[in-house]
Amino acid sequence: MNIHEYQTKELLKSFGVPVPDGRVADSEASAGMIAEEIGGERWVVKAQIHAGGRGKGGGVQLADSIDEVRKHADHIIGSRLITPQTNSAGKLVQRVLVEAAQNITREYYLGLIIDRVAQRITIIASASGGMDIEEVAKTDPDKVVRVAIDPAVGLPEFLCRKIAARIGLTGPLMPQAVKLMRALYRCFRDKDALMAEINPLAIVDGDRLLAIDAKMSFDGNAVHRYPEITNYRDFDEEDPKEVEASGHGLNYIALDGNVGCIVNGAGLAMATMDAISLHGGAPANFLDVGGGASPEKIANAFRIVRKDPNVKAILLNIFAGINRCDWVAEGVVQAMQKQAISEPVVVRLSGTNYELGQEILKKSGLPFIHAKDLDDAAGKAVGAVGNP
Amino acid sequence: MSVFINKNSRVIYQGFTGQHATFHAQEAIKHGTNIVAGVTPGKGGNTHLDRPVFDTVSDAVSQAGADVSGIFVPPQFAADAILEAIEAGIKTIVVIADGIPVQDMVRVKRYIIGHDSIIFGPNTAGVITPSECKVGIMPANIYQPGRIGVVSRSGTLNYEAVAQMTALGHGQSTSVGIGGDPINGANFVDVLSAFNDDPDTDAVVLIGEIGGTQEVDAAEWASANMNKPVIGFIAGVSAPTGRRMGHAGAIISGEADTAEAKMNRMEELGVHVVRNPADIGKTVDRVLKA
Repeated sequence: MNIHEYQTKELLKSFGVPVPDGRVADSEASAGMIAEEIGGERWVVKAQIHAGGRGKGGGVQLADSIDEVRKHADHIIGSRLITPQTNSAGKLVQRVLVEAAQNITREYYLGLIIDRVAQRITIIASASGGMDIEEVAKTDPDKVVRVAIDPAVGLPEFLCRKIAARIGLTGPLMPQAVKLMRALYRCFRDKDALMAEINPLAIVDGDRLLAIDAKMSFDGNAVHRYPEITNYRDFDEEDPKEVEASGHGLNYIALDGNVGCIVNGAGLAMATMDAISLHGGAPANFLDVGGGASPEKIANAFRIVRKDPNVKAILLNIFAGINRCDWVAEGVVQAMQKQAISEPVVVRLSGTNYELGQEILKKSGLPFIHAKDLDDAAGKAVGAVGNP
Repeated sequence: MSVFINKNSRVIYQGFTGQHATFHAQEAIKHGTNIVAGVTPGKGGNTHLDRPVFDTVSDAVSQAGADVSGIFVPPQFAADAILEAIEAGIKTIVVIADGIPVQDMVRVKRYIIGHDSIIFGPNTAGVITPSECKVGIMPANIYQPGRIGVVSRSGTLNYEAVAQMTALGHGQSTSVGIGGDPINGANFVDVLSAFNDDPDTDAVVLIGEIGGTQEVDAAEWASANMNKPVIGFIAGVSAPTGRRMGHAGAIISGEADTAEAKMNRMEELGVHVVRNPADIGKTVDRVLKA
């Protein structure tokens, strides 16, 4: 689960990470008031969306007067911001973060990730801040320090000192860096984060470390432990079909093609999409109905897949282990009868209670296209798009 | 023979008396699995499915001689159950639970160091040695005893591959699910290595997915160490970058993570790569007859 920059900073601040003075605004007027409260002579107005590269899309603006803060806020709020990480339609901006602008001396990178290779939390630091760290790691790997953290001891001070020294945070900056790294790690560990990134981490006014921009994401399987993080969820940032699907216990991801897919299990769902592509078609979505799917759940899957106007045929591929083909078949029949489905529906059933499922489909008298295996199913679904 | 579990395995289920565990324990018993007991805290002293229930895994080890555990407890309690199994000296731990917080698994992986246990999963359909021992949720009827080892991240894609193989008369020595999570127990190399040492496994089918480098690492290991053919498939050629495809581990974050890149590299390393998921069985047949 991703959260906004202003939420990340609020959270990090509560753990002791120094962040710029600032607050979030949802209107031109409140942006102006916040700037007045912060005081000073220069402010930065930052669009709050779940996508990076905001500066490149014009979503980060400097202001030299309160009027200018209002002008930028007015311009950004309600606009659709297009960045290298959004699609071509961009994302609607509903809020801006207004902060005191900083006098930056130097920029660094600091991050924590779940490292699949080390099977641990790994800290990443670099003196090349403000840039895409993956790019730096590729072109100049020596400039990126990576250390896997032993969960038995956490992130001890000596390790922070070592990392700080490697990226050149020495002298009076070193104790600040140690404190900041440990605060970031504590937040990451105590809130079950999957990713945390301070980029840039900057020296301001020549002697002070400050998190200029920050981003965090959290483990969806653990957020229920932290109501304050759950409250950060912004449904406006998510595809409404995906939100509705997750409410029904379905895992749905919209894609660009026209063959709607309903499958059990993530691996088989991907393989089904692959088989469609190999037959020259294009999947309209990834959809995993999970285990023990009830007839209602299957019917809901049909409803969600058909909300995508591009869908020209639907392929249901179920290899039942923990699922039951008879329940699935009942769900398909329910969907066909109640939803007036005009698109061709290709059904491939296999596994637990296969015979019962086939019988339910046959008895219904509905016009399914029966497929005997994965290849047959993909071929018939792609064929059906061409000849509806 | 087989790897990890066989007819002599003494199996317990943790979370034994729950609805899911009960159903799958019954299925496993029908398949010949030697389930010796179950563990449900607070229900020690009772009997369930004609087997004793213990409060702790330690009791199940000392009193019933358990050496394999299937973990069926809900995900928020699963890490604790795994730690308990490791501490009690269980050798093979199969974690069916799906949705365990990633950092819980980071701590489990730290704790297992120095202990003589191996974990399969989390988020696995389980491990099965056909007609001998089944610890998991897979439909037993598609498996048949034979000489092909199978290892996969995904459960249902494992069924798909196995059904194709069985239809062509190629049974399985053992089929192992390592699970779809980013932090998991045994990896592909651990399982390949066991199959390589098993005199009754002739070839291995490896089924992977986009995300991470596990499959390529496994192919590298196989190219240096395996004396048996490996047939490989990677799901997700059509998956977009940056979107998590169901499994917590299935996300393309770098070029090396794409299915295409993985399959190309595996092919270079001598793996018999299957490009079409419908051709897994046929490829096994072709490789064995070559």
